[in-house]
Amino acid sequence: MARTIREITAGVRDGSGTATANLEAALANVTAREDEINAFNLVLDEQARADAAAIDASAKAGDELGPLAGVTVALKDNLCTRGIPTTCSSKILDGWRPPYDATVVSVLRDAGAIVVGKTNMDEFAMGSSTETSAFGPTRNPFDTTRVPGGSSGGSAAAVAAGFADFSIGSDTGGSIRQPAALCGVVGVKPTYGYVSRYGLIAFASSLDQIGPFTTSVEDAAVVLDLIGGHDPLDSTSIPVERPSLVEAIRRDVAGLRVGRITDLPQGADPDVVERLEASFDALREAGATIVDVQVPAFTYGLTAYYLIAPAEASSNLARFDGVRYGLRVDAADTNAMYSATRSAGFGDEVKRRIMLGTYALSAGYYDAYYGKALKVRRLISDDLAKAYEQADVLLTPASPSVAFPLGSKNDPDNLLSMYLCDVYTIPANMAGHPGMSVPFGNGADGLPVGIQILAGTLNEVDMFRAAAALERAAGSEGVAK
Amino acid sequence: MSEYDGLPGDWQLVVGLEVHVELATATKLFSASANRFGDEPNTHIDAVTLGLPGALPVLNRNAVELAMRIGLALNCTVKPCTFHRKNYFYPDMPKAYQISQYDEPLNVDGFLPLPGGKQIGIERAHLEEDTGKSTHIGGVSGRIHGSEASLIDFNRAGVPLVEIVSRPDIRSAEEARQYLSELRAILVAVGASDAKMEEGSMRCDVNVSVHKPGTPFGTRCEIKNVNSIRSVGRAIEYEARRQIDLIESGERVVQQTRHWSEDDGRTHTLRSKEDADDYRYFLEPDLVPLDPSQEWIDAVRAALPPLPAARRQRLADATGIAADSEAAMVVVERGQDDYVLSAASAGGDVARVLVHVKEAFAEQGAEPMVPIADLAKLTSMELGGQLTATQAKTVLAEIVDAGGGDPAAIAAKHGFEAMAADDLAVFVDQAIAEQPDAWAKFRAGEGKAMGALVGAVMKASKGKADGKAVTALLNQRKG
Repeated sequence: MARTIREITAGVRDGSGTATANLEAALANVTAREDEINAFNLVLDEQARADAAAIDASAKAGDELGPLAGVTVALKDNLCTRGIPTTCSSKILDGWRPPYDATVVSVLRDAGAIVVGKTNMDEFAMGSSTETSAFGPTRNPFDTTRVPGGSSGGSAAAVAAGFADFSIGSDTGGSIRQPAALCGVVGVKPTYGYVSRYGLIAFASSLDQIGPFTTSVEDAAVVLDLIGGHDPLDSTSIPVERPSLVEAIRRDVAGLRVGRITDLPQGADPDVVERLEASFDALREAGATIVDVQVPAFTYGLTAYYLIAPAEASSNLARFDGVRYGLRVDAADTNAMYSATRSAGFGDEVKRRIMLGTYALSAGYYDAYYGKALKVRRLISDDLAKAYEQADVLLTPASPSVAFPLGSKNDPDNLLSMYLCDVYTIPANMAGHPGMSVPFGNGADGLPVGIQILAGTLNEVDMFRAAAALERAAGSEGVAK
Repeated sequence: MSEYDGLPGDWQLVVGLEVHVELATATKLFSASANRFGDEPNTHIDAVTLGLPGALPVLNRNAVELAMRIGLALNCTVKPCTFHRKNYFYPDMPKAYQISQYDEPLNVDGFLPLPGGKQIGIERAHLEEDTGKSTHIGGVSGRIHGSEASLIDFNRAGVPLVEIVSRPDIRSAEEARQYLSELRAILVAVGASDAKMEEGSMRCDVNVSVHKPGTPFGTRCEIKNVNSIRSVGRAIEYEARRQIDLIESGERVVQQTRHWSEDDGRTHTLRSKEDADDYRYFLEPDLVPLDPSQEWIDAVRAALPPLPAARRQRLADATGIAADSEAAMVVVERGQDDYVLSAASAGGDVARVLVHVKEAFAEQGAEPMVPIADLAKLTSMELGGQLTATQAKTVLAEIVDAGGGDPAAIAAKHGFEAMAADDLAVFVDQAIAEQPDAWAKFRAGEGKAMGALVGAVMKASKGKADGKAVTALLNQRKG
């Protein structure tokens, strides 16, 4: 049973535990299982040991300790870390060491968190299984023949396998919530602008948002309370005070209006649907009111997403040309060098989306594709806003299925089966709303199922109230963690 | 007045100008790196400037303010606006897109009055970032094609620009020249830019077409690489004639972008419309919409200094010269108009001071070293007949060289003594006596005859006589 962040930091403070002991426990798990799981692109054990020792020394000296002193964290490898390779699991960034830390990384370091390593991901966060990584797939700790989900699969697996007390991922269309569901951990995508994106290597800038993976709702609240906030370096970070989520989870759900989307897209497996029903029951029993709502545009999210996200990606990834950083493949002249570099540096899925996005934005096609997708995006926001007049939160599956076998959704002629993994998670990104996945029992083959809780803009408070209630209910049900 | 030839026959020129100006901010448009010209390459760079993965732009408030000053000075409406990405791949553009404004620019629908009164419409004046600077080595005429190596300086990347797009209201090369001169004067006056075409802080693309009055506008060509106001006029005239020759020989003008070559004085095809870039514009997701408050707009408007046109009018009112006269244009452009006007309170003659400043202060800045009292005294002496125009010039030159000086003392040193009225009368009567023919003609009303009489007085007095006084005396004698 994992210890909570509160327990770990209390131990480091009162001397009953040490940062070093906490780190060594995580590194022991890494030693035992990383070879089969491949959660990390880079394990920073040496630096982590030095950092832990420094915290222990500070504790001994009676210095003031940060709120995460001695807590281990794993960082998705699209977060810039000063002087430490940051790859996005792509060959194109080969050898690049960012000259700066992402804002979220500085905040965590300043709080005393110990960075264990950089986690594997789908290349440039494009995927739902962590199989598009240039460094091989990550495997699900519950069953290593299965995927951990993606794109933040390494971060989800690292927490599930006890490689770190918590981890940080990014979510563009479900890349935190879906792997959290498949790995049986808590994963939160906050409101767009809740956490600074400065130093997050962009996939689709208007959709990307950073969030935590944790083993408990309380830990997620602790981390989000810390990393949430306005950052002058990110113009899209919201300049308002964020209410304490640690406070929020102390409240029950009496009177909370929980919405059931009656026109939710079909396609979830029966075992997942069964858990969703159970989650409504659990919240009703805890005092919430269940209301039916309709979100007609929900079902168009996937289609619009696969135009908007690639369009932005085609622009964001145009800078990787082999000139200033990363991989360079020499060739006869400059233009040939660009081609050779990008051909060798990007994997198939990335190339596919660059082409898709370039096409969607091109003159003559813009209105039919990108322009129309923007209208759908607006519709989704409008429909969700209406739903939130009747309900405080909405429950859906985080993923249509439990973890699936490696290689089972990679047929290039049937990419839709992979893309459909995000059918329930994408609308929150389109609207900029928060969403999180909470483990709620097991489905087929005893594998974890995650329930997605959605809420309106900056209503993390109600989302966390519902999450805490679900977690309590799951615990009393005796669900395996 | 114009150095340009105009077009043959009844062809009518139609020109619109796109002017880019670098704003005089301390830092770049989206990062804290310095905005400075001429330093060691790649010394004003950072993660944002280089487009490093993960870096994000943050809008420079001062750049917005300067852009608003430009818009308000050009009578534009300042509006809520957005930023777009203009996607194209070029080595000196590190993100492979330029952050610019597209369908919702900051300033729209203004106008710029030319000194003669004609108004040139301003379609928009929007904010965008500059690119880096490429230097291509080993090729022909500095072009990338065929070069052996390219060097890139990112100091300029991310420097704030305002692009000012005129409506196609310009009808001659001379009007284009006036527009650019006036625009530059405004930009400098409001402190938005140093607007130096030779340093590239003001750059101009020219859209040229020709048509016959009463018919629709012709197909236009855009001319790039025009690096001086003079070249703009030359390029326009060359391009218009090229287009007229095409049409008159039965061919069609093809819409294209052309490159002005200073060396041969011609425009050359750069690319045609078919291979124009597809910029794939979309809303810049890393920035939020910009919505300047009315209070901010009002404050910027209230703080605008007097514009060149108003300052020329002020000079005109004080001196009696025309507001669009060369003296008014030149002195206001140098920013010496306040100095000239201060001559009044120093007891000088403002009109004469204006002439002196225009002629002799070309090397001085907006705040000349010469105390205005010295100039004021000089003009009093001239008007009092104590100095001739020629003598005044000599005295003025010494004052300017020395950065000031007492005109009376300098005049005395040169022996420029005042010629007594009696002495002058002697010279005048002598001239009348010696040139009876000229005198008769002058009396008969032939104004030209006066020249010979004045000349004779000047010669006899060895230049010490004051021309004006001589004329007055001659007229008096005529009765």
